[in-house]
Amino acid sequence: MTAIAMPAPDPEVLARRQDILKALQAIVPGEGVIHDEREMRAYETDALTAYRQLPLIVVLPETVEQVSKILKYCHQNDVKVVPRGAGTSLSGGALPLEDGVLLSMMKFNRVLDIDYDNRAVVVQPGVTNLGITRAVEHEGFYYAPDPSSQIACSIGGNIAENSGGVHCLKYGLTTNNVLGLEMVLITGEVIRLGGKHLDSEGYDLLALMTGSEGLLGVVTEVTVRILQKPETARALLIGFPSSEDGGRCVADIIAAGIIPGGMEMMDKPAIHAAEDFVHAGYPRDVEALLIVELDGPEKEVDFLIGRVEEIAKANKASHIRISQNEEERMTFWAGRKAAFPAVGRISPDYLCMDGTIPRRELPRVLSRMRELSDKHGLGVANVFHAGDGNLHPLILYDANKPGELDAAEAFGADILRLCVEVGGVLTGEHGVGIEKRDLMTDMFSEEDLKQQQRVKCAFDEKHLLNPGKVFPVLHRCAELGKMHVHKGQLPFPDIPRF
Amino acid sequence: MDATFKPQTAKDVEVAVKWAAAEDQPLEIVGQASKRSLGRPVQTAHVLNLSKLSGIDSYEPAELVLTVKAGTPIAEIEKLVDENGQELSFEPMDYGPLLNVDAGQGTVGGVLAANLSGPRRLKAGAARDHILGMEAVSGRGEIFNSGGKVVKNVTGYDLPRALCGAFGTLAVATTVTLKVNPKPETSATFVLSGLGAARGINALCKAMGSSAEVSGAAHLPAGIDGDISRTLLRLEGFETSVDYRFKTLEDLLKSYGPVTRIEEQDSRKLWQTVRDVRPFAGVDNPVWRISVAPTVGPKLVELLEKELKINAFFDWSGGLIWLMCLDGLVNDQHIRAAVDSVGGGHATLVRAVPSIRSSVAVFQPQPAPLAALSKRLKEQFDPKGVLNPGRLVMGV
Repeated sequence: MTAIAMPAPDPEVLARRQDILKALQAIVPGEGVIHDEREMRAYETDALTAYRQLPLIVVLPETVEQVSKILKYCHQNDVKVVPRGAGTSLSGGALPLEDGVLLSMMKFNRVLDIDYDNRAVVVQPGVTNLGITRAVEHEGFYYAPDPSSQIACSIGGNIAENSGGVHCLKYGLTTNNVLGLEMVLITGEVIRLGGKHLDSEGYDLLALMTGSEGLLGVVTEVTVRILQKPETARALLIGFPSSEDGGRCVADIIAAGIIPGGMEMMDKPAIHAAEDFVHAGYPRDVEALLIVELDGPEKEVDFLIGRVEEIAKANKASHIRISQNEEERMTFWAGRKAAFPAVGRISPDYLCMDGTIPRRELPRVLSRMRELSDKHGLGVANVFHAGDGNLHPLILYDANKPGELDAAEAFGADILRLCVEVGGVLTGEHGVGIEKRDLMTDMFSEEDLKQQQRVKCAFDEKHLLNPGKVFPVLHRCAELGKMHVHKGQLPFPDIPRF
Repeated sequence: MDATFKPQTAKDVEVAVKWAAAEDQPLEIVGQASKRSLGRPVQTAHVLNLSKLSGIDSYEPAELVLTVKAGTPIAEIEKLVDENGQELSFEPMDYGPLLNVDAGQGTVGGVLAANLSGPRRLKAGAARDHILGMEAVSGRGEIFNSGGKVVKNVTGYDLPRALCGAFGTLAVATTVTLKVNPKPETSATFVLSGLGAARGINALCKAMGSSAEVSGAAHLPAGIDGDISRTLLRLEGFETSVDYRFKTLEDLLKSYGPVTRIEEQDSRKLWQTVRDVRPFAGVDNPVWRISVAPTVGPKLVELLEKELKINAFFDWSGGLIWLMCLDGLVNDQHIRAAVDSVGGGHATLVRAVPSIRSSVAVFQPQPAPLAALSKRLKEQFDPKGVLNPGRLVMGV
């Protein structure tokens, strides 16, 4: 284990392992309870692989009733629970706890209802993101949010993380595409939110659940909005002599009233790594490469391609290519989509960061990042969702070299602090998890964090669901609830009245 | 002593709410009070009026981000973004005409507290889909920040979004950051005439499921803003694209009868009429706003027409029903039973006299575990119950 510490396991719970096992086996019969160390290894980490921990027991329920009984048991017996989908979290959101039950939702893998007239699909949470699109694409529909792990990641996990993707500037994040949920509280109570209708009144618990990183409840059913696929999509591949030119081009495109379906930027190290790996035909002599994809009706796309080309020329673009067919468009994307494995080829390990900045700060952030790279003695390659300012710096390191992981984490923390300093945020789409947990105080005041934790208290007063994630300090709910009351006269000489 | 407090800073709000919590003196929270008659009546001795907490903090069109004080008039914001070729794409409705107060009033805080949207909700989302960050004062009298000032952010719980639609019962927003979008170059409306509700909604759903990128889908039965029924589909965007998609719709819906086209200027007026429920303005009869799955909208209205004397029309592809009770009664039991019978949804009594709004459930009643969870959330934000008590639910 490295720098980020998890809560100390409770020896009293560890001592009760056999009792807990028996209780879970009584709820989920057969192979749905895993307790053999070798078999539990499959669950010891997620996509933040630097951190590993065997859970107390793994349980894979198949029905809502089982989920409810498991949670109720854990609540009554003070056992922690870590919910898990496909385990593709990049922030350690599904990292097990030594004294906690790992609740895998991957047996909830059925599509329950496809309703084209209402453009809604109801699925179980273990269905993959791409699985939803696969179920409706023969009718020309798709589910818009497309995190890069979409082939593997589950929709339940997408809810937990409020996942984004390349297309979210135009089509929104998970939270903008979810219509309803069924979930189970830690008490075992089953709650339904929303449905095929829009905008349920009362408190927007759907908004709270989406992006809550498994701390508030366990999702057992999801209703999402599906869209008709755009008629066509075309892309431009644009190279710039400097990141300033690229950044200005992005701002000008948006100022012209154009919201591209996707707009991605890469810096020189990322361009070279990608080009060496997939030979997508990227120019090597540029400092920034922009992929702009326009989707929609054919006429509109053709018209906008022309507009974007003009804007690129006005911003000193040194290379412009326009996709003439689907194959060429896919080639433009091939390098970007392979950027992570491409970086994996040039470095034994890498850490993927996820801050968001106001786009105008891009040149300053990139130049500061180069300074930080020198300071920490590690390389960095940048891919960037240019439209929404979401940066993915890839920090290159070698886990086998003593101290390099620590240096990489310190470098990453410096980058995220920089994002906050220029008016941005710690995470645009990967979540806080354990990875950015201890940086939360750089973005939020103690009071801000306390109010967030009070939300947790409304859902899970005993802090049993996924503790140790998101919040650096766990406050007891009784302590959070205290009020410092100063009674007195109306203290309002300064406030205009009446 | 009854008092109206008009804070000018977040600190003033903090002081006022701290006092209210310490002295157990509940506050009614208002902006310009234009939507005061939405929800259950709040009966408090004191009013916290945010209309002086107003102004633009920052606006960066190229970043698509706008930060304003919560008491800023929505009209001022719409004018500012319009001058920069942008808009609030959730198209917030103006409740003024329906609630028999002046049109064009209201603050951004009020729009968010009621999670208002308009016909474009279908394509662009509601107010809650456009909030990025918020500074607010909880019922504990503590200032907190959540969210951010960038368009993509998942750091921490999404409190800004969750506070939308809470009618000021959890916290008092003091500053909000919104996502703005480019304004479409032009618009036009595709019109089918003389269709019954079922066939009209069927046409709307078909169009919504196409690649025509429809940004408004309404059905106005005969007698609502005209003598024959009209089924309306709005197209917005670059001119070449609007014309092209108009043809797409013509091909798709040719079996539904002759098509007419309403050009930009008249189209705008028409959608404003739909958005602000103008067909039901100027009278006092009770009005319901009902949200259901689009395809069951016509059936719901048909069911209710058999039992009650009503007028109704459809927005959101059939999923939003504006319904006026012509007998002057609210008929809440009939309406709630009918909504349940078509598969559930939300029915909200948006216009009725205060005595009625105090005595019936204005918002959709919640199942016990959900109601209990909502109550626990309220207690975490506002343990003394000093912010708009009873606005959403009696006793909470």
